[in-house]
Amino acid sequence: MNEIIESVKNLSIGFNSQKGKQISILRNVSTNIKKGETVGIVGESGSGKSTLALAMMGYIKQGLFPLKGECLFKSKDLLKMSSRQLEKIRGRKIAMIPQNAGQALTPNLKIGYQIDEALKLHTDLNKTERDKKISELLNKVRLPSPETMAFRYPHELSGGQQQRVAVAMALAGKPDLLLLDEPTTGLDVTTQAHVLELLRFIAKDTGTSMIYVSHDLGAIAQVSDRIVVMYAGEIVLEGPARKILKEPIHPYTYGLLKSIPKLSLAGLPASMPGSQPQPGSINEGCSFYDRCNLATDNCKKNSPDLEHIKELDTNVRCFNYKELINQNNNLQTSITKKSNNSEANEVLKLKDVSISYAKQKFFDQLLNKISDQNPTVKDINIDIKKGETIALVGESGSGKSTILKSIAGLLKTKDGQIKFENDRILSSDLKMRNPNDLRAIQLIFQNPDESLNPNHTVEQILSQPLKLYFNLSGEELKKNIIDLLKKVRLGEFYMSRYPRQLSGGEKQRVAVARAFAAKPDIILCDEVTSALDVSVQAAVLNLLQQLKEDLGTTYVFVSHDLAVVRAISDRVAVLYQGRLCEIGPSQNVYKFPSHPYTEVLLGAVLEPDPDIKPKLVAEDIVEEKPPEKGCSFQGRCPRKIGDICNLEVPPWQIGENGNAIRCHINIDELASLQQ
Amino acid sequence: MESNLITEDKQKNKLEKAFEILKTMASKPSGLIGLTIVLFHVILALISPYIAPYDYKAISPNTMLLAPSAEHWFGTDSLGRDVFTRTILGGRTALTVTFFGSLIALLWGGLLGIFCGLVGGKIDDVVMRVVDAFLSIPWILAMLLIVSLLGTSTEVLIPALGFFYGKGIVRVARAATHDVIAKDFIVSARARGHSNMSIIWNEIIPNVRDAILVEGAMRWSWMLLGFSSLSFLGFGVSPPTPDWGLMISNARGLMSFAYWSVIAPIVGLSSLIIGINLTADAFAKALGIDRSTKAPV
Repeated sequence: MNEIIESVKNLSIGFNSQKGKQISILRNVSTNIKKGETVGIVGESGSGKSTLALAMMGYIKQGLFPLKGECLFKSKDLLKMSSRQLEKIRGRKIAMIPQNAGQALTPNLKIGYQIDEALKLHTDLNKTERDKKISELLNKVRLPSPETMAFRYPHELSGGQQQRVAVAMALAGKPDLLLLDEPTTGLDVTTQAHVLELLRFIAKDTGTSMIYVSHDLGAIAQVSDRIVVMYAGEIVLEGPARKILKEPIHPYTYGLLKSIPKLSLAGLPASMPGSQPQPGSINEGCSFYDRCNLATDNCKKNSPDLEHIKELDTNVRCFNYKELINQNNNLQTSITKKSNNSEANEVLKLKDVSISYAKQKFFDQLLNKISDQNPTVKDINIDIKKGETIALVGESGSGKSTILKSIAGLLKTKDGQIKFENDRILSSDLKMRNPNDLRAIQLIFQNPDESLNPNHTVEQILSQPLKLYFNLSGEELKKNIIDLLKKVRLGEFYMSRYPRQLSGGEKQRVAVARAFAAKPDIILCDEVTSALDVSVQAAVLNLLQQLKEDLGTTYVFVSHDLAVVRAISDRVAVLYQGRLCEIGPSQNVYKFPSHPYTEVLLGAVLEPDPDIKPKLVAEDIVEEKPPEKGCSFQGRCPRKIGDICNLEVPPWQIGENGNAIRCHINIDELASLQQ
Repeated sequence: MESNLITEDKQKNKLEKAFEILKTMASKPSGLIGLTIVLFHVILALISPYIAPYDYKAISPNTMLLAPSAEHWFGTDSLGRDVFTRTILGGRTALTVTFFGSLIALLWGGLLGIFCGLVGGKIDDVVMRVVDAFLSIPWILAMLLIVSLLGTSTEVLIPALGFFYGKGIVRVARAATHDVIAKDFIVSARARGHSNMSIIWNEIIPNVRDAILVEGAMRWSWMLLGFSSLSFLGFGVSPPTPDWGLMISNARGLMSFAYWSVIAPIVGLSSLIIGINLTADAFAKALGIDRSTKAPV
């Protein structure tokens, strides 16, 4: 079992900058992959984890080149091989599973054909043997009805199924090493848990070694035997998964683990200050010096070597790791947040809101008939109190963003009303709303790359709302912009910067500042942290909470991440297929009894702890349309009791701790079932 | 707090930026050649009245159809006029008319395209069908009609050419707008309640400007060809004003024995068109818009 199949020795990869300077992206990386072992490579964006993983299959991106070191696969250097030699290794010996299988599969070829191609290339089987092998492979990755599945096109499969097909294709050549580059990142929580479970099973079943690259410590924790933590192109910590996750002895890993919101903890995670240095910007000293709270003068001048600690079986790159050895109880702490005043008035009411994407047919329009009886979002009733943070949670297609858009006026509601302040009905048409209502409701988007105009400076971006709502100009405008930047902890010198000159976290801060520029009453946050790195996510969450406490703003927070929601929200509404399943104070929603869908979601959350395994209670089927009758969750419910679920919309039941659940099962019975 | 990541990328003012773009354009041979040709023609057009050795309209029966010599570098035409003088003067009208024509085309085509892209829906449908209808009319026939009704003065030619060459720009501007319209920063501006005009001016134009400018530069060279065709057909510049299209038209019957009188204007016209094309391509590359269809790998 201890045979080493791939070993990376002192590998440095870099590029030449425009000024002719050599800049390295990977610096002196050495690691070994043993047979049958799953190694997780974890790091934030820009840490060099993908570059390392790709180099392990002998692939180096255009513009980059190896500066020194080697990548030995079965003691042959992959980086010195010709493309012909590599061809023989890739697919047969080392296979790769890409991040987005939907894009990696050819859209106009059937699944079976594509797997057959891989088999033709990598095996010597004849046609009938290959056909048998295809259904064998599809069976192995647990796709339903493998025989018919082979005749489907990629678009007929859901995201999770596509990822399974990619796994089947990678397994076709019976590789010794599987390389997985963020294979579950784009998937829904429940699907993600299922795919990870499959990968773990395959690793055990076939004895294939795996390299699992991800930014998500939760996913890494589920599959890896050993973890390599990368920071700024270096390995900073390497060791057995349990040791790394439970007793991290590098300050970066320690901070990273602390900044992940956890289900078991109420309150906000601690954030790590600063951001990763750009490639080429470190000349001397430890690359983590700027952000480290253990740093000494020694760290500034000298760069620590990767030191092997025998008793822990761990490699660590830090001078002061000993200070962390007995500190690990602190991992389970968080910043408590001020809870809001529950006596406050309601500021926004959604009453029987339905939203439909279907266009009304011309004749129905003439006859004034409502054509869509089964709208995307139906019967949403939520009252939002002033100063609270309410979260809308659900998987993709749950209608959470749709509801947000209709509150903002970007989507027209089909039925129902949105009432703002003293029961005044807000028009569902943006153009009919008065300027003060528009000012009062602001949006923050998921991806700050897209929500900031790339051709505007930060000053121009922030002056848009100030000019529009308050008619500011000249010195006063400038003063306000500086104030806003101060609020989001950015210096005055950011005014002349363009978005491309900012890091992801800084961009999102500018987006937050722009929303606050309008002095809004309600801010709608659409997955605001899901495009950010973990340590940055914690900082943005803390910033949002701080601003809310200072200014009394109300947040409507949309997210798919239950742990993030747990950290920031006062109340949670769980949605499935555009229908409410459960709503209640956040600490109670996370306790049982809960709606079966909430139970499924909670079970699928990946925690950065190898001891907490996800519970897979429901199948990860993707439903295209909400059911026409009955409970919205009937198709996947693990606790379905019979026809009543298909025919009648379940009633609301209120639990003793104040959370309302929409289920046919009696709430007390549900409680005893879920114990 | 995230520290200042980029220290090298200093702020530049507009003039420096324009200079930077020119420098990038000139850094490749094709761009340098293109720029040189265009610059040469522009300078020539500016100074030609002062350096022309002869009077362009002086007819002289004694010097009819002389071959190139030290006295008449490019020879003389059938009316005894100096071809060199007429060639260096011949680009002036064409350059002025097409330059302002392209500006008009850019302005109306670009704005209408952006507007259609932004509002979409029925207005967009109607406008685009009208543009399609105009695209299906052979422009040269329509131009002939306009010119024969209104005359061939530059006041007629510039807006007429501008109109006909702007139709294509409408489509390009609309497509470029569609690229940015779904981005969140536009959605954000809409949600804030900015007017359409404000969204076009602040959010869309800065992001589609480059694509439209490049398209405009390409249209300029096409328009030049179009304008010369009109002259060739006798509907552009009226004699005796020197113009390449007109010169080619007048001399084409004599091509077999007085080739010089036709070669000079052809070289003048085609070199300018090639120059503008090369410049437009280099311009596009300098702005990061690659018009060539190379595979990414």
